[in-house]
Amino acid sequence: MRNHSLQMLLGAAALIASGFASAETPADFLARYETEARQSSPSFSASAERGEKFFTNTHGGEWSCSTCHTKNPTVRGKHASTGKAIEPMAPGANPERFASTRSVEKWFGRNCKDVLGRTCTPGEKADVVAWLMISPR
Amino acid sequence: MNARLPARALRTLALALATGAAATAMADDENKRMNIDHPVYRSECGSCHIAFPPALLGANSWRAMMAGLDKHFGSDASLDAETAATITKFLVANAGRRDTTGSDGNPQLRISDTPWFRKEHRDGHDGITPGVFRSEAVKSAANCAACHRDAGQGDYSERNIRIPKNGARS
Repeated sequence: MRNHSLQMLLGAAALIASGFASAETPADFLARYETEARQSSPSFSASAERGEKFFTNTHGGEWSCSTCHTKNPTVRGKHASTGKAIEPMAPGANPERFASTRSVEKWFGRNCKDVLGRTCTPGEKADVVAWLMISPR
Repeated sequence: MNARLPARALRTLALALATGAAATAMADDENKRMNIDHPVYRSECGSCHIAFPPALLGANSWRAMMAGLDKHFGSDASLDAETAATITKFLVANAGRRDTTGSDGNPQLRISDTPWFRKEHRDGHDGITPGVFRSEAVKSAANCAACHRDAGQGDYSERNIRIPKNGARS
């Protein structure tokens, strides 16, 4: 009986620990996108400077990332058509950023289409993550 | 037969009962609280705008909306198929009983284009001033919470309406 509850307790502890271990961090995304980018250009290394330029450029269209997110990723942005507040993008200012693949891929997928009219390359995503990770400077 | 069916049917029944009651209450008095209580709907459809009450459009409008998320009022709002199906089910189950097909025969997608919305939000009605929707404080008819202060929680009751004076921030 006692042994059984101990087993359950250990099982529960292991489950909780694995839950924490699987939580993703901004560094995980940076590493993943860099690895992907290196498949086509082996010398690729993410650049925060390129990331900032990419974020604030309209890429020939109407919007840039900063149209809604502002040029300062540590402050709140505002949706360009609805006006709804958008929490800061920099993980240093908003710990909910770059914590789940589902959310990160969903928003890169949607917003790259809106801004660039195409999906973003792994290299572009790595650059943006690198820039957001060093903000605030 | 599929072993998962009874559980799924039971869940659907429970959902239908709960939401059916809410939809009936809403139809009787549209100024009362509206059902937006679905965690996936609220988080997915409440990030760029508030989670609009499903009762404000008919089922066909919601189906058309969910079929065109890649071009959603000028933005890409694509969802994975599973999440989209979950949300569509909730929207259709809680849709308004009024049909919202437009005069062109297509389902209306903009809540503010529906005859009900236009009537309830006409100039002069309940203190609505001309131009208030385009004012700095409101910006868009999609910004329900500019006047319906608790719209984010599905509360559209009259006592919680505050129309910004002359469109100024208040």
